[in-house]
Amino acid sequence: MGSDKRTNIFRILLIIIAVVMIVFGVMHGEVSIALRKAIKICLECIGIG
Amino acid sequence: MKITREIKRKIIQVAAFGYSNPWLGNFAGGNIYQGNWKQFCNPGMNCYSCPAAGLACPIGAMQAGANSQSYRFGFYATGVVLAIGVVLGRAVCGFLCPFGLLQELIHKIPSPKLHLPKWTTYIKYALLAIFVILMPMLAMDGTGVRSPSFCKYICPVGTLEGGIPILASHPELRSLIGGIFTLKMAILIVVIVGCVLVSRFFCKVMCPLGAIYGMLNKVSLYRMDVDSAKCISCAACSKVCPMDVEPYKVPNSAECIRCGHCITACPKEALSAGFKLNTKESNTIDMKGA
Repeated sequence: MGSDKRTNIFRILLIIIAVVMIVFGVMHGEVSIALRKAIKICLECIGIG
Repeated sequence: MKITREIKRKIIQVAAFGYSNPWLGNFAGGNIYQGNWKQFCNPGMNCYSCPAAGLACPIGAMQAGANSQSYRFGFYATGVVLAIGVVLGRAVCGFLCPFGLLQELIHKIPSPKLHLPKWTTYIKYALLAIFVILMPMLAMDGTGVRSPSFCKYICPVGTLEGGIPILASHPELRSLIGGIFTLKMAILIVVIVGCVLVSRFFCKVMCPLGAIYGMLNKVSLYRMDVDSAKCISCAACSKVCPMDVEPYKVPNSAECIRCGHCITACPKEALSAGFKLNTKESNTIDMKGA
């Protein structure tokens, strides 16, 4: 198998993994976890909490 | 005036800085934007506690995901970063990262310019593994909350964009300043001095997001190629590289931020960058035979 073909298969695999991770995270409420963290001044994030 | 490749890149960098930080008016009151756009991750490093920020920091969101009740990993943010990385690789660092633009401006301050030894570029992988993945996964405070350890102990972006403006506009919070904030201020000072002396010091040594995108540089759709028929191995590309890469030997190095300085410097137009499905491995220079 040529190196281009291997790289393209690897790319597709990584894209599939990325999509699965995003869907899994969204389904398990991670978006709201990220949103809750991002819309409040996160004192521990800036080193004073 | 000719619109050079570098001017085009600067326009994109300024636009990216703008869409990352559209709420500049919030600096006056020390508030932060609280709308729904913050559920989306910024491709580059930009603290979500910055008053002007309009999107979530991907590294902050990855660590926040460790607070999920059923597992201890930020799948959503990691998936977003992985998807962006497969398409763009470290072109994000060169074109879209707000802190990358700040570093380039700081580096314009006149001073002796230095180069770091290669081993220092591996520090960012250790920071990614320990502070972004392992510590948020394993360490828990007394209330059962997992800390965003990179943000809490290290991130100079958060100190500069979030900590200082928030403390400047909220005097009541200054009583909370302690050892951790002092440590973070010391790290910020080291990073600023480092950026004056060394091109893109934070990107090279400390950025966990750059570490992830760097690992994807070899497979990303946006990539660089060397035409071996044109390349005369003069190393003109290496001399202008802000990341100390040798593009004619390793065009898709994990350190390459795709800024394109090398493409402009090449006297034979042997280097090119763009979205490519073919890797053209046969066109890269075989240094064993050189």
